[in-house]
Amino acid sequence: MSDPTFTIATSVDDALAALANGARPIAGGSDLFVGARQGKAPLPESIIAIDRLAELATIEATSAGTRIGAMVNHATLMTDPTVVADFTAIADAAALVGSPATRNVGTIGGNVMNGSPAMDTGAPLVVLGATAHLQSQNGSRNVTLDELWIGPSRTSAAPDELCIGLDIPARPERSGSAYVRLEYRRAMEIAVVGAAAHVALDDSGNLAEVSVALTAVAPTILAVDGLDSLVGQSVDDSTLASVAERASEVATPISDLRASDAYRRHTVGVMARRAVDAAARRAQGEQIAVPVNRALGIGASA
Amino acid sequence: MTHEMNLAVNGTTYPLTVDVSRNLLSVLREEVGLTGTKQGCDDCECGACMVLVDGQPVNSCSYLAVQAGGREVTTIEGLGTADDMHPIQAKMLEAGGVQCGFCTPGMIMSAQALLSDNPNPSGEEIRIGLSGNLCRCTGYQKILQAITEAAVEIR
Repeated sequence: MSDPTFTIATSVDDALAALANGARPIAGGSDLFVGARQGKAPLPESIIAIDRLAELATIEATSAGTRIGAMVNHATLMTDPTVVADFTAIADAAALVGSPATRNVGTIGGNVMNGSPAMDTGAPLVVLGATAHLQSQNGSRNVTLDELWIGPSRTSAAPDELCIGLDIPARPERSGSAYVRLEYRRAMEIAVVGAAAHVALDDSGNLAEVSVALTAVAPTILAVDGLDSLVGQSVDDSTLASVAERASEVATPISDLRASDAYRRHTVGVMARRAVDAAARRAQGEQIAVPVNRALGIGASA
Repeated sequence: MTHEMNLAVNGTTYPLTVDVSRNLLSVLREEVGLTGTKQGCDDCECGACMVLVDGQPVNSCSYLAVQAGGREVTTIEGLGTADDMHPIQAKMLEAGGVQCGFCTPGMIMSAQALLSDNPNPSGEEIRIGLSGNLCRCTGYQKILQAITEAAVEIR
């Protein structure tokens, strides 16, 4: 392992100056440290710690919706009243991440900028229409996650850009969201596959909006297209079967130690169907506790 | 590069010069000299290395020591002594929650984090609180019993 220099940022400006100078940011550090030890990528030569920037650890209403600060950790995401009420899929996902220790050090900004296609918080952010707010010394911009994630652990962010937070638009009336994943064990697990759904219902209870995104079945988190024909339909078995079929169709999974490509392709459809079902039930006002995996007995039983 | 830092552990501040790439676990064991915290998987999976940083559980194997500068680290040595055990330690012995003992410090630190936050946890909440800690001896039931009894005593 290399021997980097280490500085603790005391302000965002401080962090941006360090990034402009070639430093790389560290939040909780788990991905960085485990990755370095496994030989995936050496520690950067210069590290700037951003985990003490309290201004990046807030969840705030904005003119366009809500900004979740990049340094908000999973423990907060799974319990924060705004996240649980309005962006429930994110809370579902955060509650499944690792263990209490992992959820304490892991941050949403770290997840997003690490860009793993297996990150649990990614698919929820996609279906909720989140954009990443990136800032550098030269200015700031919002990018869609589709533009940001360009491959496994690769983003389109410039090296001097810092993720300040995730901007999520205000939720429509009668809407709900959910995230479910296939797992072999309950804790310290990485999704075999997963799916998030956002649903908004019209006055008669039919689908007004539906979006689905998939975890661990493509080089990046994958938004499922081709669901527009479901708008106006009721959330019944035939609709859910169409969701499952389309999700399996667009998935391009790999085979690895954890699952074969065929198994992933099939099960991601099942997860998509369950996510839409849970999101629709939440949109109808049903209280399904976070995380959906535990509330509905999806995934590992013990 | 080496980095100068003050590491506060169990109420004592240690001025240290450490390589930036070192994890908190190795610095606690080899520089501070507190070997209660164990190296198990060394890959953020087993929880044997669990310590508290500002009261919250952290896998010290996958956390740079320099990240803990200026924060308060608590290890198993900060909880109790052989003569004056913390209730979680005492109940672990009493209930038979300790066999080989290698997971025990990490298990107790996770339990301490849980009970500080939630003095009256349900069985399910205890399971979640300990979900980042593996034990290959006990089958967990006696550990759960010990934490349940310790919670009652601490309340």
